[in-house]
Amino acid sequence: MQEFLDSLINQGYFAGVPRDVVYAGGMIVFGAIVVLVFVLNVAGVSTWVERRVWARIQSRVGPNRVGPQGILQWLADGIKLIMKEDVVPTAADRPLFLLAPYIVMMGFVGTFVVLPFGSRLVIADMNVGILYVTAVTALVVVGILMAGWASNNKWSLIGGIRSAAQIVSYEIPNGLSIFPIVLLTGTLSMQGIIKAQGWAPWNWFIFANPFTFAAFFIFFTSALAEGNRTPFDLPEAESELVAGFVTEYSGVRYLMFFMAEWGNLYVIGAVVTTLFLGGWQIPHVTDSVVLSAILEFVTFFVKSYFWVLVAMWVRATLPRTRVDQLMAVCWKYLVPIAFVNLLGTAAWMIVWPQGNRPVRFIMLLIALGTVGYFFRRVAYHTRRAGVRAHGELYLSPLS
Amino acid sequence: MSLAGFEVEVQKSGDTGLETEEMTLNMGPQHPSTHGVLRFVVKADGEVMREAVPDVGYLHRSIEKISEKVGYHGFMPYTDRVDYVAAMFCNQGWGMVCEKLAGIEVPKRGEYCRVIASEFNRISSHLLSVGTMVLDIGATTPFFHAFREREKINDLLEELCGARLTYNYMRIGGVAWDLPPGFVERSLAFLDAFEPLIEEYNDLITYNTIYLGRVADVAAISREDAINYNLVGPNLRASGVKYDVRRDEPYSIYPELEFDVPVGSGEEGTVGDCFDRYIVRIREIQESCKILRQCFKQIPDGPVIAKVPRKFKPPAGDAYIRVESARGDMGWYAVSDGSEFPYRCKVRTGSFAAMAIIDKISRGLMIADLVAVIASLDIVAPEVDR
Repeated sequence: MQEFLDSLINQGYFAGVPRDVVYAGGMIVFGAIVVLVFVLNVAGVSTWVERRVWARIQSRVGPNRVGPQGILQWLADGIKLIMKEDVVPTAADRPLFLLAPYIVMMGFVGTFVVLPFGSRLVIADMNVGILYVTAVTALVVVGILMAGWASNNKWSLIGGIRSAAQIVSYEIPNGLSIFPIVLLTGTLSMQGIIKAQGWAPWNWFIFANPFTFAAFFIFFTSALAEGNRTPFDLPEAESELVAGFVTEYSGVRYLMFFMAEWGNLYVIGAVVTTLFLGGWQIPHVTDSVVLSAILEFVTFFVKSYFWVLVAMWVRATLPRTRVDQLMAVCWKYLVPIAFVNLLGTAAWMIVWPQGNRPVRFIMLLIALGTVGYFFRRVAYHTRRAGVRAHGELYLSPLS
Repeated sequence: MSLAGFEVEVQKSGDTGLETEEMTLNMGPQHPSTHGVLRFVVKADGEVMREAVPDVGYLHRSIEKISEKVGYHGFMPYTDRVDYVAAMFCNQGWGMVCEKLAGIEVPKRGEYCRVIASEFNRISSHLLSVGTMVLDIGATTPFFHAFREREKINDLLEELCGARLTYNYMRIGGVAWDLPPGFVERSLAFLDAFEPLIEEYNDLITYNTIYLGRVADVAAISREDAINYNLVGPNLRASGVKYDVRRDEPYSIYPELEFDVPVGSGEEGTVGDCFDRYIVRIREIQESCKILRQCFKQIPDGPVIAKVPRKFKPPAGDAYIRVESARGDMGWYAVSDGSEFPYRCKVRTGSFAAMAIIDKISRGLMIADLVAVIASLDIVAPEVDR
């Protein structure tokens, strides 16, 4: 951020204004822009995207009435919820009930402080960046537990307790799969981690060695569990707990929980991109500060949003696990494998301190092969389904 | 100790001073996964249920009593409401019991129309059952795929009788209308498209690992329990008892048709678990498709309804008949005193028996499993209370 403002000052903007004022103003303006323009819109549009993606998967049409292709549906929903009465149950613990959504929201918006959208586009490049992300996202569990308790509803309470157990357990594999990357780079700073990778896929940390490859999947799985997403959406399991910890909420507070949930999806994507997929790295194409900032931002956004789409797809595909199975997956499989990854990466760094280039390429080929095989299967199934249904299965995607 | 508004039972565990409470949860009458207005009083220790006591009676509409006031013909539309998910079987049951009372013979084509309508209804009811079951487990997509096909069956049945849910299609002595022109071709086209889609459904969800983890080995009902608790239909067959009214006490034209009776084999776990109850329904859909194809091939010409006087007065006496409904053996008992109105009518339904066994099999399961158990027993609330 500071570099970006420096370069703007050097190019002659803000002539005559003291440097510190420019810095402070830049911070505030950029922070406000990020939260109001970017965060809320991304979270809002994600709800629409998710509903459309779901609808395609389920051979429905989805919301398509408000605005072109229904893209303003989220605004309509938001306005409706804001105008609703904010009901607080009589038996609820009033202060906690009112406070809980803000804490959840804080936990999610706070992460955007360190998310790097470009080499210069970051609000604060802290030296403990990734640690800060894990710490701040853990705040969400406080809010959820608070909501569950304060509602004075047994379904809410079960939802809150489930969420606490789940998030606390999945923090461990989540944190353990960050460590291999920290070992490789020797820094916790988000920018430092991205700068240690290159723009080319074989320079990404996901292909650095087989252990980081496994760590990537563990990280994504446990991030889904931390974000309360299917197949781990037990805290708000509709068919079991009515609506879990949000059962008693209405109006704008209800909106906040869902804003946090969908915004959190983007955070998951962004952190995955930063740690494993090269972040905003692009090949050198232009000397212009603004143009390269835009290109970096687009690269970062596309990479992170891809994982949002994957999360949506997973949600439409998989059923929900049971609470004991959820814990078994975490403690019996993910935690031990994450430990092995950590030790394996350390051993790898001792054997090949400079990394092993052939292995990187081989792993890239394996990954590409898997993706190719996947698309072949998709094509096969689509063809077979098309033959079965005599063509009436598939509505036009833009109908 | 008490939370505001709730009485809780406090148990002291030993001398450690730690207190544990069993939480009494009120699941229903309004709850997203109690299909209809059902209520369970669940005593839970954390996530584990100590017991789940079903509370029935929220949907009692005195349907049996109504029959005593509206007469034999007039009662037919009310039978739709006994089990609105599979209304054809209730129509058929009432029609058959009246025919038995008065000794009326249904014309052959009428019987075929009845079987065609009921088998379509069986498919649509089972699609609803398996669709909502996977929805309760948390998978949303298969639900929509099942309902998409159910819509097409509703379209066909709407052509046949003008209604999509409460059909009121059958009459005493036959059916109200003959098959409309082109119905056979459209039905066959639907079956051609639909039968491979069952495979797609299996690809989507049936053998999904998470799904199997949720339903296999959960709430297995042994063969003895199934018989002792008087389970019927797919729930009974899932426990390995090969009993089907269509085969063992044949009625209508079922003796002329060839079909298998699928039974649960415990292929993914124990015999009679939730998965068996699920897969038996999927297989019954396939058998129904087979029956429908045979019906369309064999259907004769002729009238669809026998001559029945408008003032229907069966001789004094009583009659009991059984129909294999989508939820199993449905018994209809009617007593006539020779007047225009039935003296007494009683319906015996499958969901009621299924409700009774929930208390036994739910002990020690988790709260999430209760949802799977209710869904797998295919309980339709109005059928429990009538």
